[in-house]
Amino acid sequence: MTTADMIDIRDLRVRFGTVEAVKGVSFAVARGASFGVVGESGSGKSTVLRALSGLNPAWTGHMEIAGQTLTRQRSRDFYRRVQMVFQDPYGSLHPRQTVDRALSEPLVVHGIGDIEARIVRGLAEVALPPTIRFRYPHQLSGGQRQRVAIARALMAEPEVLLLDEPTSALDVSVQAEVLNLLSDIQARRGLTYVMVSHNLAVVAHLCAMVGVMQGGEMVEMISADDLRAGRTKHPHTTELRTLSTELEEA
Amino acid sequence: MDVIIRNLRIAFPTPQGESLAVRDVSMHIGTEKLGIVGESGSGKSLTARSILRLLPHNARITADELSFDGIDIQRASERQMRAIRGRRAGLIMQDPKYSLNPVMTAGQQIAEAWRAHRPNGARASHREALQAAEDLLAQVQIRDPKRVAGAYPHELSGGMGQRVMIAMMLAPDPEVLIADEPTSALDATVQAEILRLLEDLVSRRGMALILISHDLPLVSHFCDRVAVMYAGRVVEELQAGELARATHPYTRGLLDCLPTLSHQKLRLPVLVRDPAWSA
Ligand SMILES: Nc1ncnc2c1ncn2[C@@H]1O[C@H](COP(=O)(O)OP(=O)(O)OP(=O)(O)O)[C@@H](O)[C@H]1O
Ligand SMILES: Nc1ncnc2c1ncn2[C@@H]1O[C@H](COP(=O)(O)OP(=O)(O)OP(=O)(O)O)[C@@H](O)[C@H]1O
Ligand SMILES: [Mg+2]
Ligand SMILES: [Mg+2]
Repeated sequence: MTTADMIDIRDLRVRFGTVEAVKGVSFAVARGASFGVVGESGSGKSTVLRALSGLNPAWTGHMEIAGQTLTRQRSRDFYRRVQMVFQDPYGSLHPRQTVDRALSEPLVVHGIGDIEARIVRGLAEVALPPTIRFRYPHQLSGGQRQRVAIARALMAEPEVLLLDEPTSALDVSVQAEVLNLLSDIQARRGLTYVMVSHNLAVVAHLCAMVGVMQGGEMVEMISADDLRAGRTKHPHTTELRTLSTELEEA
Repeated sequence: MDVIIRNLRIAFPTPQGESLAVRDVSMHIGTEKLGIVGESGSGKSLTARSILRLLPHNARITADELSFDGIDIQRASERQMRAIRGRRAGLIMQDPKYSLNPVMTAGQQIAEAWRAHRPNGARASHREALQAAEDLLAQVQIRDPKRVAGAYPHELSGGMGQRVMIAMMLAPDPEVLIADEPTSALDATVQAEILRLLEDLVSRRGMALILISHDLPLVSHFCDRVAVMYAGRVVEELQAGELARATHPYTRGLLDCLPTLSHQKLRLPVLVRDPAWSA
């Protein structure tokens, strides 16, 4: 760990009853950088993000954010600085809250003013029309819901954004807009990202470093350049890369 | 076995008047793999759900024809619809965790679908049904089917939930499967296996498949035909293999927006949406 690291995780373990879902995962992310996590379904990717974001108290190991060691109890300030976008947008959005409520709530909770302008800007940033502002989640399409979840996470101007499959529900044109938005905000505000995705091209686009998970372990740590060039070491990484380039090349 | 949609319109009342979510969509689906791609919010899920008459209660729907194997969906009784839903036609929904029953284990839910819809299912023992559920979980590449069968939806990963949903819809051996983003939460290895399984059902048992997906390379490889939707309309229909030669500017724009592993782009091109596309 260097002082420039925003996130430092060492030997993280998470257990559910008899199942050890995360078996000693370690990685660090520099301030303002993006780290990607890919790998087998059920390998523990979401569990790592949830432990880091304070949603799962049953973990052991060492986790630091901005030099502060994380405990099971997190402060209110932590929940402003670290935001998560869930894999299932229903997980981020309350079914009885309108989009307007979902976006204004973090502002109210953290005492941030200028609510009206921030909501209007927040919706525009994720390419949502102002007409959906007073709708409920079930009145939106899948991709619209996911964009509301992303807009909500950005509302309180966090420093760390944990993104679990943020673009898998989006068509590729909106995906491109969201990925560009994430790059722009990162450049502007120095945000740090951890992004889980099954799409290697998406991960390699945003993240310079990628961790590959299988069976609760991080089996390989590879740079996006090496991933593109096919300099993979672990068979799981090689297989994932082969399958995604096969599809691309047709 | 054909599904026919002719001039389907779906509208929602809003304070400013009706808003049209689906505008004059027509499709004819036989024993084949039809892909539907397109803009988020363009009406893909609504169109697919109209076939099972599973639309939001405030939706207003009209069509010159909406039929399933000759059955007029708009006039069918609720009893007729129940005989189609789940049994003859399965729907894999876009949000698997939301669609699963949170207080039943994955195994119980699949077993129930199996018992309710298989010819001799009702007479099968509890144990037989649960065994069938575990077999189905193994078929969708769940590594430890026993544990997952005993797990509740909140104890499943995103991709596991998606596969439980797939297993549940395959349990009755449907004639038509509507799959709304069925593999978006799956890694490439599991995805490849699931597609192989679906392919097998289409080619061996003559199942019809409607696959809604944002994954253009996947659709172009896997499907026979693709319909491209934009703002409530089908703007282009082509042979899946010809997707790269699409002519509509929206489809062309989509292809350009794709990040690829082989060519790094510092900034992704975005679509400039022409109002004429939705005119
Ligand atoms: N609340 C829970 N109770 C019991 N087991 C759980 C719970 N949450 C997750 N698990 C288990 O932990 C393992 C890892 O799940 P996780 O959601 O982290 O996987 P993932 O890598 O995100 O997979 P996916 O790509 O499919 O979303 C799985 O085997 C899952 O069944
Ligand atoms: N209950 C509802 N009330 C009002 N509008 C609705 C309702 N349900 C859906 N809509 C609107 O209808 C349009 C089409 O929705 P649909 O879910 O079919 O989109 P989709 O093409 O599946 O998009 P995605 O790719 O994002 O899932 C969207 O603009 C959506 O906001
Ligand atoms: Mg996950
Ligand atoms: Mg949809």
